[in-house]
Amino acid sequence: MSATFESHKSSVATPLYSGLAIVLAGATLVAVALLVGSRVSEYYYLAAYTILQFIVLGTAWNILGGYGGYVNFGAAGFFAAGCYTTVVLNKLFHLPLIVDMAAAAAAAGLMGLGTGYMTLRLRGVFFAIATLAVAIVLQTVISNWSFVGGGRGVYVVRPEISGLFGTYAHFLVMLMIGLATCAVFAAWAVEKSWIGVGLAAIRDNETAAETCGVPSLRLKLIAATTSGALMGMAGAPFPYYVSYVDPATAFSLAIAVNSIAMPLVGGTTAWWGPLVGAIMLGSVQQILTVTVSSAANLFIVGVLLVVFLTVAPRGVVGIVRAWKRGSQ
Amino acid sequence: MSAAILAGASITKQFDGFAALTDVDLTVGKGERVGLIGPNGSGKSTLVNCFAGIIAADSGSIVFDGADITAAPAWLRAKHGLARTYQIPRPFHGMTVQENIQVPLRFAVGHRSARVISVEAQAILDQVGLADKASRSPKVLTQVELRKLELGRALAARPKVLIADEVMAGLSDSEVDEILALLTRLNAQGITILLIEHIMRAVMMFSQRIVVIVAGRKIADGLPDDVMRQDDVERAYLGE
Repeated sequence: MSATFESHKSSVATPLYSGLAIVLAGATLVAVALLVGSRVSEYYYLAAYTILQFIVLGTAWNILGGYGGYVNFGAAGFFAAGCYTTVVLNKLFHLPLIVDMAAAAAAAGLMGLGTGYMTLRLRGVFFAIATLAVAIVLQTVISNWSFVGGGRGVYVVRPEISGLFGTYAHFLVMLMIGLATCAVFAAWAVEKSWIGVGLAAIRDNETAAETCGVPSLRLKLIAATTSGALMGMAGAPFPYYVSYVDPATAFSLAIAVNSIAMPLVGGTTAWWGPLVGAIMLGSVQQILTVTVSSAANLFIVGVLLVVFLTVAPRGVVGIVRAWKRGSQ
Repeated sequence: MSAAILAGASITKQFDGFAALTDVDLTVGKGERVGLIGPNGSGKSTLVNCFAGIIAADSGSIVFDGADITAAPAWLRAKHGLARTYQIPRPFHGMTVQENIQVPLRFAVGHRSARVISVEAQAILDQVGLADKASRSPKVLTQVELRKLELGRALAARPKVLIADEVMAGLSDSEVDEILALLTRLNAQGITILLIEHIMRAVMMFSQRIVVIVAGRKIADGLPDDVMRQDDVERAYLGE
């Protein structure tokens, strides 16, 4: 019995260090980016931006999909909701990007809340298909809304930035580091709190969880809203990153696939799983885009996904945990 | 019978035109041990699901501990002290045995401190005889251990009423005795128990009162010996 107490003490103590480590890592990255400034080729910033964007998307997806077991195929829909919130706000007013991001979080969070209510009636594969349908409906609406460019797409003029940042890409990367830090911190906080425990119970057996007093709907709504809001925030700076957005890019299959593949490869049961998965898959994709061809992008995601699902279905997290148990 | 703690009145439930329950009244007194029996498919589990809030009855009302809970969600009923086990065990496979017990301690009871939760979970595992399995996965448990885990998780919710849905099905005689002894101990601690069971020996030994459901209707409700002498009960169980 004493052994159990010890292990529980340590599992209570370590999470606090993890949270601190996440914040410190984020701050360090910002500092590095500031120091490096415009001394390196802009390409590195663009590559870093993409990887950071996927850290946010994968981490956000995992809060509902990994912790709660509700697979969302509509990640691109949430991302695009964030994108087009910025597009709309950019056309109407000229607000700082941080305001756009807050609005994107609200819009996509609301969408997440709606998705959360769908879990009342839809589970498993039916829920997954419904989320895909939501994304398709949204894409159809955006494609036919001429104010935001419709199917032709729209150009977005980048706002001026202060002298602190060398280039706009430099600024966007720092912003994304901040957002990724927030997302990973949120995922960690959810996982270690009562919400995470409840979601884990829901994932294993929702009916039994209810019987144990877990308010499943409330937890699923919290998870779906948080997940949606973060994915929307990941999309908000995107129009400024590419300066031209069309529905095909914003609702791209690559976004939906990567948001699911990265947590699955990294591992869905711990906050650092999607982080590791996004860094792994994101880097490989960037390297392949440059060295082989940009078409190899999704191909390699597919191959890695198949390999991991067959060899290590619990992802990197599973491998590390099995190795830890083995070495004890 | 002492004052009622759980009372279902004229509960009716249909599934696609099939009458699973018709006008069933079932009252359980505080501290009582009630056995609920009936042939397979007679509606016992449907009744349990209505009580626990897993499914909603078409009509009828349920009063628990003085409050009308007819429309309350399952988690709220658990929080107020109405716990149940599942006929087919439903452990949380991704957690250890002890973490399974921690879920109701955290949610139904509302403990916050990880240390308190851990200590109390271990105490419950001691009580149901799973202390040495605390850090194992439910996947390696035997059938009887899984039933004990179900009971332990229900107990962790600090129930006033425990509905035990076929916790002994498929167990050996000595295992049945083990579970019966545990249920009797719990009842002595003041927990009201509604036992759904097919093993007649267990039901007769345990119950102070027996309720019989056949084809969704209550056909008998009384002292075990009286109920078992009733003609229609005999017919339902042994045929014409």
